[in-house]
Amino acid sequence: MLEIRNINGGYNKKQVLYDVSFYAQKGKITSILGPNGSGKSTLLKSLCSIIPVTSGEVLLDNKNLLSLPQNEIAQKIAYLSQTKQIPDISVKRLVLHGRFPYLNYPRRYKEKDYIIVNKVMEKMNILDLADVPISKLSGGQQQKAYLAMALAQDTDVILLDEPTTYLDISFQLQVIKEIKNLANDGKYILMVLHDISLALENSDNIVLIKDGTIVKQGTPKNIYESNILEKVFNVKVARVEIDNKYHYFCKTKNT
Amino acid sequence: MKYLKENKFKIEYIYIIGILMLLISFILGILLGATSFNISKYIFDINTPEARIIWFVRFPRVMGSILCGAALSVSGAIIQGVLANRLASPSIIGVNAGAALAVTIATAFGFLGGWRLSLFAFIGAFITVMIVSLGAKRWGASRGTVILMGVAMNSLLGAMSSTVTTFMPNVSVMSNDFKIGDFSSVTYAKLIPASIVIIISIIILYTLANELDVLTLGDESAKGLGLNVEVVKVIFLMLAAALAGVSVSIAGLLSFVGLLIPHAIRNISTSESRHLIPLCALYGGAFVTICDTFSRIVFAPYELPVGIIMAFIGAPFFIFILYKGKGGHRNA
Repeated sequence: MLEIRNINGGYNKKQVLYDVSFYAQKGKITSILGPNGSGKSTLLKSLCSIIPVTSGEVLLDNKNLLSLPQNEIAQKIAYLSQTKQIPDISVKRLVLHGRFPYLNYPRRYKEKDYIIVNKVMEKMNILDLADVPISKLSGGQQQKAYLAMALAQDTDVILLDEPTTYLDISFQLQVIKEIKNLANDGKYILMVLHDISLALENSDNIVLIKDGTIVKQGTPKNIYESNILEKVFNVKVARVEIDNKYHYFCKTKNT
Repeated sequence: MKYLKENKFKIEYIYIIGILMLLISFILGILLGATSFNISKYIFDINTPEARIIWFVRFPRVMGSILCGAALSVSGAIIQGVLANRLASPSIIGVNAGAALAVTIATAFGFLGGWRLSLFAFIGAFITVMIVSLGAKRWGASRGTVILMGVAMNSLLGAMSSTVTTFMPNVSVMSNDFKIGDFSSVTYAKLIPASIVIIISIIILYTLANELDVLTLGDESAKGLGLNVEVVKVIFLMLAAALAGVSVSIAGLLSFVGLLIPHAIRNISTSESRHLIPLCALYGGAFVTICDTFSRIVFAPYELPVGIIMAFIGAPFFIFILYKGKGGHRNA
């Protein structure tokens, strides 16, 4: 169990998160949903100490990860930023940097790292892109390469900030499929999504956040049936069952 | 078990060509000059004027050009990586001008060579690069804005240097040769401390190549991979400033080499720092030495300051980069 307890934090002197507590389960996808400016991305960055918290704990098997040095946190939690630089390096080199938290003197990657990278790329189906520069890939392929980097980090927890942003629908679904595979492998997946339908259809758990505080946590079914989404987002959410699976649709309240 | 190996086929050729170019430039730099004589006849006869030319004029000069070329090229590659800005280089963002101001002040106070001059140059370069770096971070400056900050820093620091030399005309350091870059006044007293700083800095930077690559993924991704971004950036900028600063203390304001060589290496070979750093050192050293040798012989017995040759090559190249619009990393 990954337990987030009483996180307070923000940027410099501006507090964004107020006493945030929730949990995530092993092998499950937990999506953090909330309106713009509600503190979703700040929360994700706080969980892996990219933004230092003022108080609170991130407990993995009862051990507070936030008390660890940054490189040890990176051995437990992988984080994929929403905005990524596209450096002039090959896909395999990018994936290899997933092994960076494990680098020791003399600061060079070892055979074990290359073996892990090879396995990860095979798993993500990007082995044929190994020597291709990141800048030559499509948005979806870049996202897969970054996901492979996170996987090479070999962590228990993976945090994903808007992993489907800027992708067309086909790549969105491909990326979601890969994320589900990661969860099936036993990872804790926490992701921030702005697309309510995508989150409800593809998550095991939803954490609703507004103005830096947790409004509700529950399964997509619970969250939908509580009507809380309409209050938080000021939209109407409808559900349709097709082939024994729920699909969700949003529309503005006044139309 | 089979695993991925880096493809080194092409890169090995790039290394071999670089080593050959460096060797050839070294030999030509020793052999050629305003005075021609039989090198093999005089080289070990230290009492002859010819041998003194070889050992006390040409050798330190060639070593100076190799070291400064290597230092400025590596410094450029590091600054470009840290600022995520391919248009940045020590001369363009004002780092060299900062070092020059410090050298001018040091000379005005009577520190004429050796460690103290290199130290002042480093301090001037470091303060400048930190101002530009913090400004870029604080104002979220775009690539173009950072370059304009550099233009402003160059003007301001140049004006400050000129003010010192106006009120203290005996400060000869801001001569025209110094302003444009020149190796004619390289001595062992300047070369030895500078060479130690340059060699140690490049070795440290080479060991930190993976840190530099991770930094180019962006601050958040780098932190997510466990890198202490703020500390590492300061270390990189400190080493880049040391390289640029000591180069200025040897040869004055050499321009464009820190822009041109990293760009060329990235285009013909790779941006991966573990190769970029040594290749910049090899090709930067060879390039400046070839330019310096050319500047000595083209109008012999008169000499052109090497900075003129480099500006003739570097300025059109800079415009070419601007035209191609390849000034920096893209965002996903």
